Amino acid sequence: MSVKLNALVSDSYVDVSQYRDQHFKGNRYDQEKLLKQSHTLYVGNLSFYSTEDQVHEIFSKSGDVKRIVIGLDKVKKTACGFCFVEYYTRTGAENAMRFINGTRLDDRIIRTDWDAGFKEGRQYGRGKSGGQVRDEYRQDYDPARGGYVVCDFHTCSWSTCCSPTYSVIAFIISMDRFCIHS
Amino acid sequence: MSRRRHSDSENEGSQPHKRRRTSEPIEIEDRLESLICRVGEKSTSSLESNLEGLAGVLEADLPNYKNKILRILCSVARLLPEKLTVYTTLVGLLNARNYNFGGEFVEAMIRQLKETLKNNLYNEAVYLVRFLSDLVNCHVIAAPSMVAMFENFISVTQEEDVPQVRSDWFVYMVLSCLPWVGKELYEKKDAEMDRLFSQIEGYLKGRVKAHAPMLQVWTAEKPHPQEEYLDCLWAQIQKLKKDRWQERHILRPYIAFDSVLCEALQHNLPPFTPPGHMPDAQYPMPRVVFRMFDYTDAPEGPVMPGSHSVERFVIEENLHCIIQTHWKERKTCAAQLLSYPGKNKIPLNYHIVEVIFGELFQLPTPPHIDVMYTTLLIELCKLQPGSLPQVLAQATEMLYMRLDTMNTSCIDRLINWFSHHLSNFQFRWSWDDWSDCLTVDPEKPKPKFVKEVLEKSMRLSYHQRMVDIVPATFAALIPAEPNFIYKYEDESASSLPGYPASITVGNAIKNRATNEEILAILKEVPNPNQEDDDDEGESFNPLKIDVFLQTLLHLAAKSFSHSFSALGKFHEILKALTERDEGKLHILKVVYEVWRNHPQMIAVLVDKMIRTQIVDCAAVANWLFSQDMAHEFTRLFVWEILHSTIRKMNKHVQKIQQELEEAKDKLEKQQHKRQKDSGDEEDMDKNSEDEEGQLEEQIERLQEKVESAQSEQKNLFLVIFQRFIMLLTEHLVRCETGSVEISTPWYKNCIERLQQVFLMHHVTIQQYMGTLENLLFTAELDPHILAVYQQFCALQL
Repeated sequence: MSVKLNALVSDSYVDVSQYRDQHFKGNRYDQEKLLKQSHTLYVGNLSFYSTEDQVHEIFSKSGDVKRIVIGLDKVKKTACGFCFVEYYTRTGAENAMRFINGTRLDDRIIRTDWDAGFKEGRQYGRGKSGGQVRDEYRQDYDPARGGYVVCDFHTCSWSTCCSPTYSVIAFIISMDRFCIHS
Repeated sequence: MSRRRHSDSENEGSQPHKRRRTSEPIEIEDRLESLICRVGEKSTSSLESNLEGLAGVLEADLPNYKNKILRILCSVARLLPEKLTVYTTLVGLLNARNYNFGGEFVEAMIRQLKETLKNNLYNEAVYLVRFLSDLVNCHVIAAPSMVAMFENFISVTQEEDVPQVRSDWFVYMVLSCLPWVGKELYEKKDAEMDRLFSQIEGYLKGRVKAHAPMLQVWTAEKPHPQEEYLDCLWAQIQKLKKDRWQERHILRPYIAFDSVLCEALQHNLPPFTPPGHMPDAQYPMPRVVFRMFDYTDAPEGPVMPGSHSVERFVIEENLHCIIQTHWKERKTCAAQLLSYPGKNKIPLNYHIVEVIFGELFQLPTPPHIDVMYTTLLIELCKLQPGSLPQVLAQATEMLYMRLDTMNTSCIDRLINWFSHHLSNFQFRWSWDDWSDCLTVDPEKPKPKFVKEVLEKSMRLSYHQRMVDIVPATFAALIPAEPNFIYKYEDESASSLPGYPASITVGNAIKNRATNEEILAILKEVPNPNQEDDDDEGESFNPLKIDVFLQTLLHLAAKSFSHSFSALGKFHEILKALTERDEGKLHILKVVYEVWRNHPQMIAVLVDKMIRTQIVDCAAVANWLFSQDMAHEFTRLFVWEILHSTIRKMNKHVQKIQQELEEAKDKLEKQQHKRQKDSGDEEDMDKNSEDEEGQLEEQIERLQEKVESAQSEQKNLFLVIFQRFIMLLTEHLVRCETGSVEISTPWYKNCIERLQQVFLMHHVTIQQYMGTLENLLFTAELDPHILAVYQQFCALQL
């Protein structure tokens, strides 16, 4: 009789982003399939001080939350600014993508993205210093995420990083450069 | 050869893309769809010239793509009602160029109308009929045949023994077309239209409106009466008629094409008999029109059309339709709302805010999920930072001022909206403006509202933030710090009977003792309820539960995850302790005692305990209504827990019903297959017989499960309603014997909470109406309480 108008069924907030977990065990096809059926969201740009309570409160607005896993610094085992939120239903997760993604928690704009599913080990930051990779390269001062990035150029270990002037690659190559601390 | 290899390697990784060869027709169809859906958008040329151009393109494509074009136009008629007149103009132009196409389109629309009515899609049916009626203005449909269709619709009011909502809906459909086509129909067929009008008037006079009080956001008539929707629309149409159908708001592109269109030949609508009433029909529920603004609220700029002006109706309709179309995409939705055609002649921001709050506060439930409205308003503030936030602040202020007469369910939603909104704007608010709430009884709506807002705001931030954002005078309304309260905290508790055991249990848990070891420790806990030793009898020992749970939850108090982990690890023990109903009730009592400063934690723990079957839904209901919780009875968290519990029960029943349906389907398929294949091989027959036997057993088991679940569900509602009746009756009797005013803040809260249970779960409750009426809501009940039940029944009369 009538058609479903493609122009009208646009639901772009629910679309999968470009990011793919490089540590995902399985092929791309499996990953896509899991993302499209997932009930789990990755949540980023959290303050290090955001609690499970706060995350639960805000994400419950789009559906019943089954589980929250707060992301931890691999070394310090403290919150490092991300988490996973798993819903009982796909709809709960979709509504979070539509209405909670891009709004504020603890005064910060948080970002949600589809996740293929929590597995033990994925709650840890993958940055060299234990936190998230993005905090390795951050150049601004963010008090809610550890302040400045600091680098020890002797051991080349980074607790966050780096000089405002040089790119990371250039720094690795030329290790005699000195990094500006704060 | 090489192409095949290429596509093989493609399938391994990324999504397969369309093959070039077969995509062309699809591309053209997509293009047609896009052209039609987006006509007039983002164009430097006028709408009229865009329509003219598009009509030319479509006319040229008719030979090859007629069916596709027909289907797209039918879809936009149904799904884009806010652009009604744009598309009727387009159809008018096509009809002028190709009479046959016009005829086929009308036929397709009638078929679609029949389909939507068959499928209970009543809102869409209204849009289709409105589209058809506007086609009269475009010289596609002859006015007399439209009048005839309206007469058939109104004849439904003569039917006997049908629900009022059925005839309501047909009357609504006809009246809601008149802003668009009233003038034309009156000019051509005034006698018939007058007759129609008096029929409608007679019907409306006889309508029962018992449902209206239950759906009103405010109980007060001032400053804006909350009118029943048909009453309001009738007043608006009557005023339009008195103004000789002069209506200047609706955008009518067809006027520019009048010379072309009046040359076109018109079609007659086929006689359309409304389908008869079916028992499973789900007509739209009656509504109450939400009004919070009038022209005095927007003193500068264009004047706001009056509440009985047809302009007001059309604007609100269109804004609702825009939200309905774009709610999933907040940026688009906000942009579409703000680019409403004719926005320069109306105070658009006020209309938008009113429509959004109207939906958010709609009873029984908003059309869309609550959080959508919060995010939409934030988006609107972003797009109009110089004007919309001020209107929103003004609205918030007005809503605060009228809290005393606002429905409790609506206050809940206001609390959730306001706290979430504030958390996106650094909690900036002129709290001092609300210092009047500090001098009244703290149980009154205004101080209660502020208290609950601060509590919700704290959940999205932290305690000290609340202290920082409000003036010092508001200190009494700030929530307590959400800390655990441990009975056996220190030496000062050493005189308590459970103290020694709490130390032992605590150490046992810390040293990873087994469940058996811990149970053995608990066995030694003295039972304050009995004198003699009773090793065998597992009589209820509240102290056991108290000691174990207080200690466990204290050790796990750090976070939700810690507490969930604790509940999971000691599930066996908890199940043993709560085998009996008294145990279940007591465990809830202890959870409350330790976490009474952190209602959010109570809610998530209760949720977990239901899901892991440590307590059941009826136990939660009994606990919330118990004397121990009486002092918290008016707090929001209590009701959030109750409704969450009811929802879990409902979902549980639905899940098992679904499993049963799936098993039945499977059996049917299996039997079907066996009939087709029978006689092929004896072995196969036997195997499928076995399978069928297993399925039949499974179905029987599931059937029992469904019955048991439904029985539990019915019992839950009975418990809840019974408790309400007891509490309310007690209050009413006490007031009457003491000659005291019954309408205290507590009473208002309680009676509206009863209403809320009916409204929020009306679909489920409908199933148990018979039992409710026979057992609980009998004629002997106090009329105040019975009235709630009767209003609820009136919703689907």
